[in-house]
Amino acid sequence: MKLALNIIIAGAVTLSSGLAMAQTDLSLWYHGAGNEKEKTVLTGIITDFNASQSDWKVNLAEFPQESYNESVVAAALAGKLPDIIDVDGPLMPNWAWSKYLAPLEITDAEVKSLLEGAIGRYDGKIYSIGLWDAAIAMFARKSVLEKHSIRIPTLDKPWSFDEFNKAIATLAADKSFEYPLDLGLAWKGEWYSYAFGPLLQSMGGDLMDPSKSSAEDVLNSDEAIAFGKWWQSLFTNKLVPGTSQDGADRETGFVDGKYALQWNGNWAALGALEKFGDDLLFLPAPDMGNGPKIGASSWQFGVSGSSKNQKGGNDFIRFAMQDKYLAAFSDATGLIPATKTATSMTTNYKEGGPLNVFFDLSKKQATKRVSTPAYNVVTLEFEKALADIANGADVADTLDAAADAINTDLKKNNNYK
Amino acid sequence: MNINTRSTLLKYLLLTWVALLFIFPVVFMVVSSLKPDLQLLQDSSSFRAFLPVGETSLNNYSSAWERVPIGRFVFNSIVVTAITVISSLFLCSMAAFSFVFLEFKGKAVLLSVILATLIVPFETIAIPLLMLVNKLPWIGVDGFQIGWLDSYHVQIIPWIADGLTIFLFIQYFKDLPRDLVEAARVDGATWFQVYSRVIVPLAGPCFATAAILKFLVMYNQYLWPLMTTQSESYRPVMVGLQYFFQLNIAWGEIMAYLSIITLPVLVFYLSMQRTFIASIASTGVKG
Repeated sequence: MKLALNIIIAGAVTLSSGLAMAQTDLSLWYHGAGNEKEKTVLTGIITDFNASQSDWKVNLAEFPQESYNESVVAAALAGKLPDIIDVDGPLMPNWAWSKYLAPLEITDAEVKSLLEGAIGRYDGKIYSIGLWDAAIAMFARKSVLEKHSIRIPTLDKPWSFDEFNKAIATLAADKSFEYPLDLGLAWKGEWYSYAFGPLLQSMGGDLMDPSKSSAEDVLNSDEAIAFGKWWQSLFTNKLVPGTSQDGADRETGFVDGKYALQWNGNWAALGALEKFGDDLLFLPAPDMGNGPKIGASSWQFGVSGSSKNQKGGNDFIRFAMQDKYLAAFSDATGLIPATKTATSMTTNYKEGGPLNVFFDLSKKQATKRVSTPAYNVVTLEFEKALADIANGADVADTLDAAADAINTDLKKNNNYK
Repeated sequence: MNINTRSTLLKYLLLTWVALLFIFPVVFMVVSSLKPDLQLLQDSSSFRAFLPVGETSLNNYSSAWERVPIGRFVFNSIVVTAITVISSLFLCSMAAFSFVFLEFKGKAVLLSVILATLIVPFETIAIPLLMLVNKLPWIGVDGFQIGWLDSYHVQIIPWIADGLTIFLFIQYFKDLPRDLVEAARVDGATWFQVYSRVIVPLAGPCFATAAILKFLVMYNQYLWPLMTTQSESYRPVMVGLQYFFQLNIAWGEIMAYLSIITLPVLVFYLSMQRTFIASIASTGVKG
C-alpha cells in the first residue's frame, strides 16, 4: 500500500514538473526599475499569467526609465532583445520601423474599449498596448479665478484663445503671484512635445505630417509661426518662467502660491489636491482655434520583432489588458486606467474620485503625438526650436531651421521607407 | 598687525574660501539627504540648503535602500573597480616599463598608436566594442558561451589597458635613474626582476596617482555598463542612480543614495591622498 502511494506521489510530482517544464520562458523588459509599486502590480500580473496557463512563463527584467531606451537599442544592436518590451508611445513607430517591434495579433475589436491614447498604431497595424494613459490639465484655484472674475472653463466650453490670453493678462496684474502661468520649462526633453505640441496643433500647426516626406509648410507653416510668436510673447512679456526656471520652483511653485496657473500632468495632481483641496481645479486645455488638445500616449507593451515566441507575447499582453490590472496599475501609479470600466475600480478615477476629470480630459481632448519613425529627431528639433524662441530667437528662422533639420534626417533615412 | 600677519591672514581667508567652495556641494548633498522633498526644494534657494534645519530624519536613507538594491550595486562597482584597477596598474606599468627600458622593433610606432587612443572618445567606439564583446567566447562557471553581455568581465576586460595610464607610467619611469636598471642587469637580474624589485618600489606615487584616476573612471562608469548589463546582478552604482528618476523625482532619496555611494570614493581617496599629492609634486601630473 505504502509502495503504491509512493508511486502515485512520484507520478504526480513528475507530471507537475513536466507541466512546469513545458512552459516556454518569455523575457519581459520594463522601464520601471526603482518603482516598487509598479513592480508589485506587474509581478502580480506575471504571477497570475504564469499560473493561468501551461505554455508560457514570463520573466521580468527591470531597467531604469531614464536610460531604458539606450538599453533597448544596445540590446537590439547585439541581437539580444527580449520577447516583450515596453515602449514609450511616441517612440513606438521608430521601434516598429527598426523592426525592434512586431505587429501584435491583437485586433481592433479587442481594444475598442481602450482610450485611443493607449493603442499604439503605426502603418495601419497595432504594435503596442498601454494599460494606462497620462493627461495634462491647467491647474488653477477656484478662489483665484473667482476673485478676478475669470470664467471657469468646462470640457464642453473650454477657454477660447482670447479668453485664455485675457485670463493670463488679468492674473499678471495680481502682484501676489510671481507669474500668472507656469509652463514648466525647468523640465526638458519629451515634456516639450508632450505638453506644447498639442498647443501648436490647437493653433492648426503640427510637428510634421508623416504622410509627407518633408516637414516644410508644417512646422514652419503660417499657423506654426503664429504659434511661435504667441509663445515668444509669453516670455518677452514675462508671463511665464523661462528656460532657466529652477526645478524646485517647478515642483513647488504652484502650491507655494508663486504661480496662479500651472500646465501640469495628472501625476502632480494629488500633491496639489493635498494643499488646496476643493479649491483646486483641473481645467481643460484652451481652444486655440483648431479645437482644444492635450497630449496622449504613455508607456505601452509590445512584442519584439526578433522574438520566436510571438504568440506568448501577445497572450501576455491580452491577459494584462483586464480591467482589474488596469485599475491596480492606476492605484499604484496615479495614472489614468485605459478603460472606462476600470475607472470605477480605482480610488482616484471612479465617479466622484479626486482625479476623475482626467479620464474625461483624456477621452475628449487627448491627441497623439505625430506618428513617425523620425520622431526621435522631430521631438529634439521641436524642443530646441521652442527653447530658442523662448530665449528670443527669430520665430520664422528658427522654425525653418527645425524643418530643415527634420528634412535632412528624413532624407538620410530615405523617408523611413 | 604687521604685513606678514596680514598676508598670512589673507592667505588663510582665501584658502578657507576655496575649501568651502569645494566642501559646500558635499555638505549640500549630505544635509539634503536628511530632509523631506518639499523642504529640500524650498530650502534650495537659500543658505538653509547647507544647514540641517527643519524636519530632519534618516527616512530618505531607508526609502532609498528599499527602492534600490544599493548593497548589490556598491558591491558590483567595487568588484569591477578593484579588479580593473589592480589589473590595469600591473599591465600598464609593465607596458610602460618595456617602452622605457627595452628595445624592440616597432616601439615608436606602437607607442604612437597607444598614445593616439587618448584622443578617441569612448562614445565613438562604444557600439563597435559592444558588437565585438557580444561575439567573443567565454568559459566561466556556467560553462562555455558566446557573448560577454551581462557579466562582470564585460565591464572589466575592455578597461584594463588604457593609453593614459601607460603614458603616466612612461613619464614617471623616464625620470628614474637608468643606472639603477643597468646595475641590476649587471648583477644578473632578469627584466621582470628589474621591474618588480627596482622600478615598482620606486614608483609608489605614480601607482597611487594612476590608481586614483583609474578608480574614479571605473567607479563612475555609466554608458558601458548601461549598454552591457541587463540584470541587477551586475549593475553598478551609477546606473542605479537612474532608478530614482521617476515621474515624481525623489530628490531626498537621490541625495541619500549619492551620500552612500560617495563613501567608498572618499575612503579610497583619503587612503591614497598622501602619495597622490607626493606624485603630483614630483611629476607635475595634474589629476
